[in-house]
Amino acid sequence: MKNAKEVVVEKSLMLIAFSAIFMLFLIAVFIFKEGSPLIFKIGLKNFILSAKWSPLEGQFGILAMIIGSLWITAGALVIGVPLGLGCAILLSEFLPRGITAFLKPTIELLAGIPSVVYGFIGVVVLVPFIRERFGGPGLSVLAGSIILGIMILPTIISISIDALQAVPRSYREGSLALGATQWQTISMVTLKAARSGILASIILGMGRAVGETMAVIMVAGNAVKIPNSIFNPARTLTTNIALEMGFATGDHRAALFATGVVLFVIIMILNILANYAFGKRK
Amino acid sequence: MSKISVKKLDIFFGKTHALKNVTLDVSANKVLAAIGPAGSGKTTFLRSLNRLNDLNPDMRYTGKILLDGKNIYDEDVNPVELRRKVGMIFALPIPLPMSICENITYGPKLAGTKNRAELRELVEKSLEDSFLWDEVKDRLDDPAMKLSGGQQQRLCIARTLALKPDVILMDEPCSGLDPISTAKIEEAMTALKKEYTIIIVTNNTKQAARVGDNTAFFLMGELIEYGETGKMFTAPNDKRTEEYISGRFG
Repeated sequence: MKNAKEVVVEKSLMLIAFSAIFMLFLIAVFIFKEGSPLIFKIGLKNFILSAKWSPLEGQFGILAMIIGSLWITAGALVIGVPLGLGCAILLSEFLPRGITAFLKPTIELLAGIPSVVYGFIGVVVLVPFIRERFGGPGLSVLAGSIILGIMILPTIISISIDALQAVPRSYREGSLALGATQWQTISMVTLKAARSGILASIILGMGRAVGETMAVIMVAGNAVKIPNSIFNPARTLTTNIALEMGFATGDHRAALFATGVVLFVIIMILNILANYAFGKRK
Repeated sequence: MSKISVKKLDIFFGKTHALKNVTLDVSANKVLAAIGPAGSGKTTFLRSLNRLNDLNPDMRYTGKILLDGKNIYDEDVNPVELRRKVGMIFALPIPLPMSICENITYGPKLAGTKNRAELRELVEKSLEDSFLWDEVKDRLDDPAMKLSGGQQQRLCIARTLALKPDVILMDEPCSGLDPISTAKIEEAMTALKKEYTIIIVTNNTKQAARVGDNTAFFLMGELIEYGETGKMFTAPNDKRTEEYISGRFG
């Protein structure tokens, strides 16, 4: 028999846990309730395959933002993945354990810097640099990609290190005992064995890049136009919501929620992929 | 002439003195069995022969290990090439995360063998020599992880043989295997010693008696006794050897 105190504690913990999940569920329901009627009203095709966004005239096409998000996220991965993976390999395979034990938490701390600070550094340093070197407004896809590429480093590095260190020592020794050098062992055995964890780190980094708003607003220029070069300004799905939510009403407001629905679906897909990649490791 | 000649070898890991003043000769085409309780230094001894102890940054050593008269710790010896000549089988038979065939061609490819016909021949010969060919010949492209534990260990032997080593080191190769798999590996060992010199570390004194031509008994980092297996198991010189073999401690 459980005593009364046990029962009370158990039930109240359950209540707290369920209310947290319930709130998330409510938010999801709310976004879909507010956003999806508009998608049905103007048609999914007109919503995501049209680049005409002029809310005052009732034009709600978010193709430019989808492409903006894709460009900036892809750019962030091009910058963040090689840097992050290289850093993870160095920390996990080459440096002594003591140094890694110190550096890894330090890198994880970078994830705690508010994104507005990254954006501010971008505006002050990166944007003028791009404007002077390459011309154009400086506020651009490239600036957004570089800032986001740096912002996703802690995610990629930290999870990749965990994946590499989870590779059994016997794989490495087995390979070395067969006359492989350290680099051959890493590239042909260790990375191969850790690939699902590394893939998961990249997908989670991608999720972070897709969802980031503040830093992108500050450096990417926010023009509603499909960018045709990395030096053009671009607007992403997230920044579209943040920029216009202050004055949107009626269908316009619904269109911003519908943008949120599209984002929600993208992030969900990325998370499912990441979970699948993680699951394969076990 | 002896194949390997260890002279006054001391090995330290940080402050731990893991191997104390070991001197011993290993004859070619014989099986040397190293026995002793856990922590006796027998595995450290084995891993010094292909310089796998070098991976531990805290390792220091004094003394010499001569392989065919050449000190393997000399500066002009490349440990990567040494490990092709002195192959090693581990206690946990973990194949590399590749197919059966790739596990075997991994080493030779890195050593520069590119000719496909040559590689295929090598795969077949190595698998035959490790008594595995008949069981896997129809599924060489399957992941090696799908094999049973005993098969995996024979695959690990095959991939070592594919490098055409002179010496094969085995670190408790049967510790995780059932008696039938163990018998197969012992059978392979007896066949292999015609071409190779084998050194096996084992926790199983009966296995040492079955496969070892010579036996070395280690205790607390020291080589207590070394000699012909038959003599060591019937009339050991040292009382501690007798006690260990008869199971009174360890």
